Amino acid sequence: MTVDEDRADALFHALADRTRRDIMRRVMAAEHSVSGLAVKYEMSFAAVQKHVVVLEKAGLLTKRRNGREQLARGDVAAVRSVASMLTELEQVWRGRIARIDELISSESTKED
Amino acid sequence: MPVTDVQQDFDNLTLTITADFAAPVERIWQVYADPRQLEKVWGPPTYPATVVDHDLTPGGRMTYFMTGPDGDKHAGYWEITAVDEPSSFSFVDGFADLEFNPNPALPVSRNIFSFAEHDGGTRAIYVSTFESAEALQQVLDMGVVEGASSAINQIDALVAS
Repeated sequence: MTVDEDRADALFHALADRTRRDIMRRVMAAEHSVSGLAVKYEMSFAAVQKHVVVLEKAGLLTKRRNGREQLARGDVAAVRSVASMLTELEQVWRGRIARIDELISSESTKED
Repeated sequence: MPVTDVQQDFDNLTLTITADFAAPVERIWQVYADPRQLEKVWGPPTYPATVVDHDLTPGGRMTYFMTGPDGDKHAGYWEITAVDEPSSFSFVDGFADLEFNPNPALPVSRNIFSFAEHDGGTRAIYVSTFESAEALQQVLDMGVVEGASSAINQIDALVAS
């Protein structure tokens, strides 16, 4: 099982930012207008708009127009084929296994 | 990295991960049997876990919450279904409210952890199964931050795989 490296790059880049993760939490729960999102953060509309574009390019959200508004919604289906979901879950497990390894190794170092 | 094999079974929505640890089986069992050790490994650094109840016996429960960077808390529980110390245990992992009442609206995963002596260390096999693709999706939605931050911390692992 190999992960598409370009997609992984875009995904990690998109999620490596706290504001973008927060935007994702909101748009996964419900559709939000970009202007509605912008008032939630202490940054300019343009800055929030840029974050939304990064998430859109990574395939994490989709935008549609409704009159003068741009509405953003988390695109769960597009990002999460069963394969990508299992890969995402695999990352959670790899983290846990690395922490077990760290825990038991730190001990053997102490004992030496 | 101790992970030696990953099997994704799309039809049965099952993830099987094999890891080799440089410690005896009893030591790895202790990680799960001791709540203070379990909480060190369960949550990622950004979402540390706190284990509250811990009864690793058939029918017993383990309850925990994870605390996010903004102080947000997310609770979960394990319902232990089988224990064969120190070789294996099985449990249902689900979401709960902050008083640890299971949330029946959210899906659960069924897990089997087993540990066997291998080359002087321990081979651990983790099997996690979901009922449906929707269930898996919901679990990931709930843990989207955990998944993302853990994934980011594990970029080396991904690149190496």
